[in-house]
Amino acid sequence: MEQEIFNAESYSKMELLRFTTAGSVDDGKSTLIGRLLYDSKSIFEDQMEAVKVSSERRGDENINLALVTDGLKSEREQGITIDVAYRYFSTPKRKFIIADTPGHIQYTRNMVTGASTANLAIILVDARHGVVEQTKRHSLIASLLGIPHVVICINKMDLVDFSEETFNKIKNDYKQFASKLNVKDVNFIPISALLGDNVVNESENMNWYKGTTLMYHLENVHIANDHNHIDSRFPVQTVIRPHSDEYHDYRGYAGRVAGGVFKKGDDVTILPSGFTSKIKSVEFAGKPLEEAYSPMSITMTLEDNVDVSRGDMIVRTGNMPEISQDIDAMICWMDDKNPLRLNGKYSLMHTTKSCRCVVKEIVYKMDVNNLHKLEDDKNIGLNDIGRIKIRTTQPLFFDAYNRNRITGSFILIEEGTNVTVGACMIRS
Amino acid sequence: MAYNINHLNELEAEAIYVMREVAAQFEKPAILFSGGKDSILLTHLAKKAFFPAKIPFPLVHIDTGHNFPETIEFRDYLADLLDAKLIVGSVQEAIDAGLAVEEKGANASRNVAQIPALLKAIEDHQFDALLGGARRDEEKARAKERFFSHRDEFGQWDPKNQRPELWNIFNGKKHFGEHFRIFPISNWTELDVWQYIAKENIELPKTYYSHVRPCVVRNGTILAVSEFVQPREGEEVKDMQVRFRTMGDATITGAYLSDADTMEKIIQEVASARETERGNRADDKRSETAMEDRKKEGYF
Ligand SMILES: Nc1nc2c(ncn2[C@@H]2O[C@H](COP(=O)(O)OP(=O)(O)O)[C@@H](O)[C@H]2O)c(=O)[nH]1
Repeated sequence: MEQEIFNAESYSKMELLRFTTAGSVDDGKSTLIGRLLYDSKSIFEDQMEAVKVSSERRGDENINLALVTDGLKSEREQGITIDVAYRYFSTPKRKFIIADTPGHIQYTRNMVTGASTANLAIILVDARHGVVEQTKRHSLIASLLGIPHVVICINKMDLVDFSEETFNKIKNDYKQFASKLNVKDVNFIPISALLGDNVVNESENMNWYKGTTLMYHLENVHIANDHNHIDSRFPVQTVIRPHSDEYHDYRGYAGRVAGGVFKKGDDVTILPSGFTSKIKSVEFAGKPLEEAYSPMSITMTLEDNVDVSRGDMIVRTGNMPEISQDIDAMICWMDDKNPLRLNGKYSLMHTTKSCRCVVKEIVYKMDVNNLHKLEDDKNIGLNDIGRIKIRTTQPLFFDAYNRNRITGSFILIEEGTNVTVGACMIRS
Repeated sequence: MAYNINHLNELEAEAIYVMREVAAQFEKPAILFSGGKDSILLTHLAKKAFFPAKIPFPLVHIDTGHNFPETIEFRDYLADLLDAKLIVGSVQEAIDAGLAVEEKGANASRNVAQIPALLKAIEDHQFDALLGGARRDEEKARAKERFFSHRDEFGQWDPKNQRPELWNIFNGKKHFGEHFRIFPISNWTELDVWQYIAKENIELPKTYYSHVRPCVVRNGTILAVSEFVQPREGEEVKDMQVRFRTMGDATITGAYLSDADTMEKIIQEVASARETERGNRADDKRSETAMEDRKKEGYF
């Protein structure tokens, strides 16, 4: 296995999967991450030595895999602000980026941050406790942030005699609650992070379970369709003008495809001007590309010499995004100093466009533990989630967040401090 | 109908997106060029990001005066090749001007002294964004670093008060005098970097490949004999077949016994280092990371 990772043939096919982990304190998150790293041989020997030594010192019976990710924990104990910590490991099939965030309610903003780029969320449930308030909150965040795949890991199965009945009960409880959510792909896996059952290796204690191990799932879950490949969206980042003799009239529009597929010859419309043209070339670093799709970074040239600049969006004619100055969105508030101000003015960044906006209405705040809409409580402070309506100084070109996570998201920035204070998802 | 890209292409697309944001959002961005493979990688990515235009960033090198001649040679060659402006900040000058203090003692280095030299270069040239090749997998403390890392008017980083970074929206708004450090390859691992260098056939200084040179062994670390490292009493100079994994100061950068003289062999070596080298050369390892850490204090 080691050899394969470094064989050029095989690593050229490796995909990238980003996932988050969430759970209540002591559900076994650190142990699970340690187990994934350990059983996939991603821990250096000297790191492992150190873990062994401290396990012995603590008098632990087995090697305490939770110590592998100890960094975050000691911070928690010291009461230091915890953030998102990123960890990396790979198998011959995929490279993984874990956004490791603490699960407590006061860390909602960190979870939202970690979730914003994730393909998949692992939500841990302690088999002895079943679905609890935190499980619901983590699921709500996963749903709100549009994480395409969710895996409910029912952990500590060894403490409930590996009981199928317990597993099924938790699964049913969860399904009932999750019917109110918008998660497309949910899987349930009974595991013991401590002993390793169904994490990387199949469990010998749960023959009744016919599904795959967690690692198999992480390696094989279908992620190519996590990007929108239908609605062609190309927010222009910058215009490339070489000013050289050889490329005298060259005007390349540089950006990252935010949706759909672009090809030479496509009829396109430039927003906001509404000018139309045809794609002359889709290229990258001087080489023509057959087609370009999300998340590729490319350069595009057009047949006509139209005026295009940063913040503009090139779209396929006939497949327009919504265009409006009135936006209805869910917001997660991230500022620890001030709450969201009704009628307050903020800077806004959406794809490559920046403008300003005013908060016209706070529709409701959401109780993140049970999804109730609190129409009477409109005070949105740190870690709160709510629904707002804003008006922008310039029209945005957008899709609903549940259709496109790139063109459907924006951030609010406090104008005095320049700090990012709000993460917003546009409603359909 | 399979619209997917592999992990190296995705990391590349992400890094290039970040670089283009920098070019668009800042007035005077620059690449912090250390001479090592990660910053060489940055220049390669920048070239691809803005082709066929020249890279829109000058290269800033904070020269400790203790560099391997190969590093300086390669730096000048690369700047020339890219037709990029090279700005050299001198640690010696900073020391002479009283801005920095020379470390004393047997294992003194100039890594810490780089900080004032760097801050002076930032002020002199009014840089508002510096692109660096640091990666989150390098050490625990870096695991939380942002792509766009805000620095106050004194160049300080406040890890407890970082701006949240959501989706791929990078907030580079700042007040006058503040600047950003930008890390486009945050999500790359050591192995990703080598795989990509191999795939793209990126040229590196010869010191990264196995070669024979006179060395001494000091505190378990193999040091190349140079203008800055002379054998001490009791130390024997030997021709050794070595290569370097990082390119820091000649005074402290340890060499490794290796016969990896091709990219493929280096990747194999990096791969198997996970299993064995850590174990039987723990001391080297530890001192290597210690050096890296100091370097980081200096640069980031
Ligand atoms: N019996 C059993 N204990 C577990 C399992 N997973 C974790 N634990 C234990 O639960 C405690 C909390 O685990 P830890 O990983 O630190 O939880 P975290 O707070 O979610 O990171 C530790 O004592 C672990 O050894 C499991 O599958 N079975």
